[in-house]
Amino acid sequence: MFELYALLLFMIAAAIIAVQIKDLLSSVIAVGAVGLGLSVVFLILKAPDLAITQLVVELLCVIILIRAVVKRETTTTEDTYGFLTVIAGLIFVGVFLFFVHPALKELPNFGEPLMRVAKNFIEVGQAKTGASNLVASVILDFRAYDTLGEATVLFTAVIGVLVVLRRTGRKRKDEVIKDDE
Amino acid sequence: MVYFLCLVLFSIGLYCILVKRSLIKIIIGLIIVEYAINLVFILFGYRFAGRAPILAQDQTIKNMVDPLPQALVLTAIVIGLATTALIVAIAVRIYDRYKTFDITKIRRLRG
Amino acid sequence: MTNNNTKGMTLIVKTITRLTVGLILLYGIYIVLHGHLTPGGGFAGGVIIALSFIHLMLAFGKDVALKKVSEPIASLFESIGAVLFLSIALIGFVGGYFFLNFIDKGTAFKLFSAGTIPLCNIAISFKVGAGLFAIFVALVLLKIGSKGEE
Repeated sequence: MFELYALLLFMIAAAIIAVQIKDLLSSVIAVGAVGLGLSVVFLILKAPDLAITQLVVELLCVIILIRAVVKRETTTTEDTYGFLTVIAGLIFVGVFLFFVHPALKELPNFGEPLMRVAKNFIEVGQAKTGASNLVASVILDFRAYDTLGEATVLFTAVIGVLVVLRRTGRKRKDEVIKDDE
Repeated sequence: MVYFLCLVLFSIGLYCILVKRSLIKIIIGLIIVEYAINLVFILFGYRFAGRAPILAQDQTIKNMVDPLPQALVLTAIVIGLATTALIVAIAVRIYDRYKTFDITKIRRLRG
Repeated sequence: MTNNNTKGMTLIVKTITRLTVGLILLYGIYIVLHGHLTPGGGFAGGVIIALSFIHLMLAFGKDVALKKVSEPIASLFESIGAVLFLSIALIGFVGGYFFLNFIDKGTAFKLFSAGTIPLCNIAISFKVGAGLFAIFVALVLLKIGSKGEE
């Protein structure tokens, strides 16, 4: 499990860089490094479906963020409120970590999952659905309702983006579009 | 121990949402929180010396990792992309109106 | 990365894009169609298909890409994907319950097996691919507008 710990430490270091650095373009690239490390961690944890999906999704996320950040002039800005807010934030995060630590003892040990529901899926999965990829049979046959909900969320998000970014007319002569409401 | 490192990643993202002042930094904190939560779910379902949940043609596999958290996280990754795209679109519109990403200045100007 | 809205990138990028963008599209279709045999499925394949069109737009400028897939076509494909997915679910009512897997299961490990799962994968890939491409086009077109107004 040495690779898992090494990659997790790499992801934590990249996340600290992404949070603290002042230049916005560099912090977007650091978030891309976190996502790439996460994709390799998914591969180590034997989840190839998720590794493919996480890689391409984080690529698209970095493209969209760079599109929003570049050529807008605030690449170096004063970042935090002040010293008192930083201390308060650190205290809050410290209290959170302190109280979540005993809760982690209730979970099953790492490496011995409970698998009460999944035992049934693995045994009858191929006979009932005919698919060899068990994750695909779970998301599209045993729990297809969740996939329908997710398709609806994606549809709503696309409609939301198209409404927010709508410009009625791009090259009118002197008209300045003020606001859309 | 691995769970604790994951929650350290989550708390880095949480600190970024609370303390930073620029809107793009808040979005970056949200993305890091999402990555950490997806990772915790997959860590719950891992089995030592397990194999990927895909059946092969010539062997019967006895020790698979849990396929149910993988199905849930597959959906969650794509939903995370959708919410990130929406919040970036709103941030771009805010920059067009107020010419800044700083959230304290957005409160004061009335465009 | 200046004027990549109208003129595109340098000659090296354009040449490599001409060679690889068809392969990326083909790879995305492969991942969608074999979603029930190997890792992948509708979501990853749909995002890869959207990435191939975005690659075309980033390398050549928005006019070339918008001539191939314009905005009304993208929203049409997204609606077709959503309606197809819902209708596959509703047809299951004929057999017994919502989302019944009603097509013959076939023999395992072949391409034409597993009932409605490949059809659902294709519907989801339409929806995800067209939706993400529409989001990116909206971001690019806004930038043109905002640069002309300040």
